[in-house]
Amino acid sequence: MAGQAQGGSQIKADSKKSSVKEARSIVEKIWDSHVVTQLDGHPAIFAIDLMLIHEVTSAQAFQTLDAKGLKVFDPKRLLGTIDHSIPTRKNRWEIYDESAKAQVEALRKNCKNHGIPFLDFDKGQGIVHVVGPELGITQPGMTIVCGDSHTSTHGAFGALAFGIGTSEVGHVLATGCLLQQKPKSMRVEFKGKAGKGVYAKDIILRLIAEIGVGGATGHVIEYVGDAIRAMTMEERMTVCNMSIECGARAGLIAPDQVTFDYLNGKQHAPKGKAWDEAVAHWKTFVSDEGAHFDRQIEIDLSALKPMVTWGTNPGQGVQINQPIPAVKSLPDQEQGVAIRALEYTGLSEGSTMEGTPIDWAFVGSCTNGRIEDLRVAASILKGKKVKDTVTFYVVPGSEAVMEQAQKEGLPEIFEAAGAQFRMPGCSMCLAMNDDKVPEGKRCISSSNRNFVGRQGPGSITHLASPATVAASAIEGRIASAESYL
Amino acid sequence: MEKFEKLKSKVIPLPMTDVDTDLIIPAQFLTSISREGYGQNLFRRLRDNDPNFPFNLERFKNAAILVAGENFGCGSSREHAVWALAGAGIKVVIAPSFADIFFSNSAKNGLVLVTLPAAQVERMLVEAQAGEFEVTVDLESQSVTLPSGETFKFEFDQFRKHCILNGLDDIDYILSFKEKVAEFRAGQPTAVNCVQGEK
Repeated sequence: MAGQAQGGSQIKADSKKSSVKEARSIVEKIWDSHVVTQLDGHPAIFAIDLMLIHEVTSAQAFQTLDAKGLKVFDPKRLLGTIDHSIPTRKNRWEIYDESAKAQVEALRKNCKNHGIPFLDFDKGQGIVHVVGPELGITQPGMTIVCGDSHTSTHGAFGALAFGIGTSEVGHVLATGCLLQQKPKSMRVEFKGKAGKGVYAKDIILRLIAEIGVGGATGHVIEYVGDAIRAMTMEERMTVCNMSIECGARAGLIAPDQVTFDYLNGKQHAPKGKAWDEAVAHWKTFVSDEGAHFDRQIEIDLSALKPMVTWGTNPGQGVQINQPIPAVKSLPDQEQGVAIRALEYTGLSEGSTMEGTPIDWAFVGSCTNGRIEDLRVAASILKGKKVKDTVTFYVVPGSEAVMEQAQKEGLPEIFEAAGAQFRMPGCSMCLAMNDDKVPEGKRCISSSNRNFVGRQGPGSITHLASPATVAASAIEGRIASAESYL
Repeated sequence: MEKFEKLKSKVIPLPMTDVDTDLIIPAQFLTSISREGYGQNLFRRLRDNDPNFPFNLERFKNAAILVAGENFGCGSSREHAVWALAGAGIKVVIAPSFADIFFSNSAKNGLVLVTLPAAQVERMLVEAQAGEFEVTVDLESQSVTLPSGETFKFEFDQFRKHCILNGLDDIDYILSFKEKVAEFRAGQPTAVNCVQGEK
């Protein structure tokens, strides 16, 4: 991580800084317990406890492994599933796109050949960052990586979890380790209590709007404050998930009783005596009083309204009832991006997001595709109709989420309202499969990125919470969920 | 990994900040299982929408040095972004700052990322837009030399420099500590911190 630390001298200073007696942050504790060895002036050999694998960023890594004649270091620390390029139709076993099909088959074969646990269709498949936590595989104090930038999701459990590229996926396959520089740390405190209609998604969008898309580059964020403590695990995952959108390599939250209650009884969580030992160990992953942070900021949530993005990066967000900022009021280096963004989204400075007509709506993704997200959307849609000009996709994050939703009768609510309840996957978050917003159409989306063409060539994305998405779908224009709650 | 020592080339300017990896290579082109073939779709959306986009212009053909605004490579972890740049012949990217994962991915592929102060980058952007502008990037001396003879020094991680100058892969470096890794794993408590068996 933080591969941008410049020069050998700084590396040395860093590696000598942490002694056991010093007050340490969670990040330092996890770092210290996973450095296998480190030569002066070199990055550390850093041990990885778990790697999640999906079809899009792994095939080339397995090729490297095979080309070098290497074996997988420890298949038990790996878990594969398919999420990015798969269809979300009912008959998803048949993949029409030949290259997507080849990708899925390559992962099936690679997992089989190397003895890696693999969650196929109808065997627990789901988005990597949804399945890890729901199986209890994601645990406090772990190091977790995946060839996906939203790996930071797992930080909600007090794990150090970050995205890597395909070459590094190969390194972990072959060695169980990565070369890493010690990251810098940043403490973000959320103060005050958020009001009605304001969700974890709004809180993280508020932070990104505040510090910008490069605001935390090189840092691991620790989120603290009463608002965080009051959140469920799923809400904490939403917050940590989008850490990468302000440039952070990872974001994490100290584990507490909420964490332990969530994990207790999960399939892969320790049982019996091992559970008690595990909890005692997990409780050590809190930042000590007086621990050093390279940066600290505070965000007051007491007056926060639902957030919606107006531009083409996740930092270009605004409260739903506030005007889009005047370009001239932005820092110099952000003005050019803002002008181009407004041109692309067809909006103007000074106007409010509330009331902007939409054509599409999406609830899903590793950010907001869990059961609580579906419940919120369903509670708003119950007995209502999606505006006839709006196409609304609801895509559960995993088969487990889908099954739970079915038990609770949520698909019936969505379908009665005129929304489509689809099969699990990344879907319209990145439009790698057939789920695309058509050119020129505007989508209100619970996903994580509003980049140019992210949801399909020429599509326009406005990021928001699942509640805002549901309320907007009913009204056919961007709307706050406050009056529906 | 290919070695890199020194390169003299035309500069192709991209006067944009926060260039994300979706822009560098859109998701629809990621279904390949090869490392090859991404170069033709580098900046596909920008190329399709703007005939004057630098990568569409004859005068920037064969340029191997890309200069861009801050936070280059933000967003997705896709290494395909690096493969697309490399596939299109880009060997060096110069910017005031880079996103972390992109930075790391570049190092693994021998794509040299040069961090220079915003004012120096701005000047190079202006000159490259104005007319043919060739610079020399020398990793050994950590410098960029302009046609005027002026030289901008840059910082570079010494370990990474050693790897790129010699074309060394990280995987071989990590494997050279194989015994230490085995020792570390053996001493690690297994009751926690790891997957508790298969489903």
